[in-house]
Amino acid sequence: MRISSDDAKHVAKLAELDFSEDEIKKITLQLDKILEHVARISAVDTEGVKNTSHVMDIKNVFRDDTPADTLSQEDALKNAPLEQDDGFRVPRID
Amino acid sequence: MTGIIKTENNYESTIGLETHLELETATKMFCGCRLSFGEKKNINTCPVCLGHPGSLPVINKKAVEFAIKIALALNCSINERTIFHRKNYFYPDMPKNYQISQYDIPLGVGGYLEINMGDYVRNVGITRVHMEEDAGKLVHTGSTGRISGSGGSIVDYNRAGTPLIEIVTEPDIKTPEEAKEYMTVLRNLLLYLDVSNCSMEEGSLRCDANVSIKPEGSDGLGTKTEIKNLNSFKFLRKGLEYEIKRQKKVLDSGEQVIQETRHFDNNSGTTKALRSKEEAHDYRYFPEPDLVPIIIGKDMVDAIRETIVELPEEKSRRYMEEYGLSSYDAGFLAGDSKIAGYFERCLDCFDDAKAVANWIMGDFSALANKEKIHISDSKVSPESLCRMLKMIAGGRISIKIAKTVFEEMFNDGSDPEEVIKNKGLEQISDSGELEAIIDEVISSNPGPVGQYREGKKKAIGFLIGQVMAKTKGKANPRIVNAIMSKKLR
Amino acid sequence: MDLNYLTAHDIKDKIKKKEISCREVTESVFSRIEEVDVSINAYIRLEKDSALKSADRIDKKISKGEDTCDFTGIPVGIKDNICTRDITTTCASKILNNYIPIYDAGVIKRLKSQDYILTGKLNMDEFAMGSSNENSFFGPVSNPWDTERVPGGSSGGPAASVAAGEAICSLGSDTGGSIRQPASLCGVVGFKPTYGLVSRYGLVAFASSLDQIGPFARDMEDCAALLNVICGHDSHDSTSLDAEVPDFKSFLKDEIKGMRIGVPSQLMLEGIDPEVRGAVNSALKMAEDMGAKVEEISIPNLEYALNVYYIIAPSEASSNLSRFDGVRYGFRDSDADTLRNMYKKTRARGFGDEVKRRIMIGTYCLSAGYYDAYYEKALKVRTLIIQDFNDAFSKYDVLISPTSPTTAFKKGEKTDDPLSMYMSDICTIPVNLAGLPAVSIPAGLSNDGLPIGLQVMGNVLREDNVIRAAYALEKAIGFKGIPKI
Repeated sequence: MRISSDDAKHVAKLAELDFSEDEIKKITLQLDKILEHVARISAVDTEGVKNTSHVMDIKNVFRDDTPADTLSQEDALKNAPLEQDDGFRVPRID
Repeated sequence: MTGIIKTENNYESTIGLETHLELETATKMFCGCRLSFGEKKNINTCPVCLGHPGSLPVINKKAVEFAIKIALALNCSINERTIFHRKNYFYPDMPKNYQISQYDIPLGVGGYLEINMGDYVRNVGITRVHMEEDAGKLVHTGSTGRISGSGGSIVDYNRAGTPLIEIVTEPDIKTPEEAKEYMTVLRNLLLYLDVSNCSMEEGSLRCDANVSIKPEGSDGLGTKTEIKNLNSFKFLRKGLEYEIKRQKKVLDSGEQVIQETRHFDNNSGTTKALRSKEEAHDYRYFPEPDLVPIIIGKDMVDAIRETIVELPEEKSRRYMEEYGLSSYDAGFLAGDSKIAGYFERCLDCFDDAKAVANWIMGDFSALANKEKIHISDSKVSPESLCRMLKMIAGGRISIKIAKTVFEEMFNDGSDPEEVIKNKGLEQISDSGELEAIIDEVISSNPGPVGQYREGKKKAIGFLIGQVMAKTKGKANPRIVNAIMSKKLR
Repeated sequence: MDLNYLTAHDIKDKIKKKEISCREVTESVFSRIEEVDVSINAYIRLEKDSALKSADRIDKKISKGEDTCDFTGIPVGIKDNICTRDITTTCASKILNNYIPIYDAGVIKRLKSQDYILTGKLNMDEFAMGSSNENSFFGPVSNPWDTERVPGGSSGGPAASVAAGEAICSLGSDTGGSIRQPASLCGVVGFKPTYGLVSRYGLVAFASSLDQIGPFARDMEDCAALLNVICGHDSHDSTSLDAEVPDFKSFLKDEIKGMRIGVPSQLMLEGIDPEVRGAVNSALKMAEDMGAKVEEISIPNLEYALNVYYIIAPSEASSNLSRFDGVRYGFRDSDADTLRNMYKKTRARGFGDEVKRRIMIGTYCLSAGYYDAYYEKALKVRTLIIQDFNDAFSKYDVLISPTSPTTAFKKGEKTDDPLSMYMSDICTIPVNLAGLPAVSIPAGLSNDGLPIGLQVMGNVLREDNVIRAAYALEKAIGFKGIPKI
């Protein structure tokens, strides 16, 4: 087993996902199978090979320090699930 | 070795400081929203800094230029190729639940900042200078305004996306005093660079500390704790002092220091462990795919280096050489960019640097401190101060009178000429006028006159005093002295 | 022929000749939608009223002799992961089912500047994760050729709508084959441009270094015309290319004499349906008859492309989807009493299983202790794959392969085995890893009457070769199939 239920629970915590015990069991098996498959890349010799984070050779893309694109407060709050005092209300931080 | 806190069991402390600086660009780090100054909530936001689906960041060129400027001023090497990384964690003030920051290829590395502790001078190592974006602000509902005990929080994203520069020192600082001095020097330097208003009260300059102690002379470092909420230089020093004492107590009692984050409480002057014992964050850093690398060529670095005006150290040295000022005076004047600016403007119209320096450091600063303003924000312009200094040099008023005149200038912004005219404070230097008064004093004070002629030279002081009283302090003391001495022979 | 089955270039022609009006075309499209969408479910949201209003306005404009562009008055469907201002954009997810964007995506601005007609927002696999469009909060999409079968994914809605005449063209997105594979399964043309040619601003990100928006059309001519509209630099997207965009229609030359065509052996072997292979081989024979040189080529590192993709894509996705937390927009579990509970429950209830699975894979691959072996390693193998392609393109102008190993499979056939579902993308994935342009065109029907797709791949920014080869083959193959739904 590449990944255990405890590993899966830890990953779920990092990703802020909630699973029942059954769901954890199921997803652990699925993840294990998938990770087993993708881990085959360990067989590839990558000695001295640089990584590619960006496929195109673009660099130095900037914007000028001039104001643009700001929304009205109304638009900013338009989709708020819960609005209070012109802000986004969230429950008690634990 | 100087500067180490010695405790009963002889521990030495090690401090590292992480400073965050909000840049004073016109717009945010990755979008075109203006920076905010405490107005209504959520009025300087856009899809990017609200983390809306489909939004993408674009780097603010000016922020990069400021960052390079800072790194150069801190004597760092600039990485020719630098990239952004994502720092992943969930918190409501983070619109994307990741912060775009820098990780293993930051903008600047390996610099230093010199601090002068009075009896010694040393360099504090700067590990790195990097760019990132600020989070929004949380207002916690409930009476304490703090998270514990509140029913919820309200998020304001005005500040989210503000360009932030992080400056990290080596664990190089040895004492709370050094830490305070480092922050003072750093702050002055940053003000000089004109990249931020560097206000700890407003939160544009923030400081967290890492502290550990170890038995004196031992190798390695002890377990460190992170101290947050040190929002003034005073609290920085107090917080560090408390934490060092606390760690000492822990080790003395045979326990281990726990690696944790602690919150400094202003009121009690103590540090408290944060309530929730969270696991160490796994930030899962990876290169930001939405941004492309920044390649910083030598030309760009040189161009930015040109824009760095004379820095405090250099300026101080120049003041000492050019104007013969003492190290202390030069340091005082050069240490604050606005004071230095004021001082230099004065020298444009009056060339006695020492006189200017004395006046700025003396009465002027005293009055300004009392009113809690900066001298450059006072009603006295450099030109106006110079006019007054010219009057003193020309013998039109004595220094004592000048103090009164200056107070008027400071309080009302009056011109010195006006003041002496209105109050009739012009010094009397006319020999004829003074002779008459001196004769009067001599004839009405035979006792002291006699004592003087018998050899008690000090008696002249009383006689001169009488002349000053009769002229309401306006007589030119030198001339009075000269005439009086002659007449009493 | 029904107006809703015309191509955009035909419509433009007929409108010019005053044979038809925009209104008529739009009405035809919507009546088709009303007729079949209950079985296909290609649309999440329809914009009928505003579409008809626009059509009327545009007809007036045209009658006054005002200039028109290629897509003026053309009814186009938009995949529901592309932000359309003031019109809900859901990504087929519960977590965004009430989200109303406050801005238009870059491509939408470009289409609006041509005065296009929005038919509605098209169904897809949730957050573009899937190969069958069975992962939608709004129910699966059916393949118009056989409604028991999948249309492919994740752009199932865009592909099916064009195939069924429910839109003249549509826009989809492609991260590992999400335009090409459904195009193949639905018998239409689907194009993924070179990475960076089309702005990603407003495309809800799945895997940032792989995502691209692209067109669905009934022929290469429409496809090229739509590429002309959507390609181009966008200052809001730092990964957007600042290169000059050619007129893609100029590459519609019906000849490929001397063109060097490579056929990667790794994409013609295992798991490829014999009928699919047969159709591709027929097309390759036609290419030879037209004077092209066809050769088999081995691209060894392609063997690992799927593995690399299923590390990189979920990793980037796990981070891109962190923003869906119920704080600023979208669905929120309002019963939660604490912040962490709100996060967990909102995301647990708001995301479907496939999305959660990918977030879990990605989070794992980026996490401490695993980053080097998984993510970092994958980025290195990616470099090798890119090098392999560079080598291949030094010898060949285009590479041709099947688009999908099979024709449309039955609904439910692969949903229990995520890995087998992932294998559907084995031919399309390598292209995204290298940022290459590629198109899928219909190559014929199987004995079951299901479309087979052929994929043409080109080197970076070599849309000229891709379009030229695809156009010539399209003409030679002469596919005219319309599903009988």
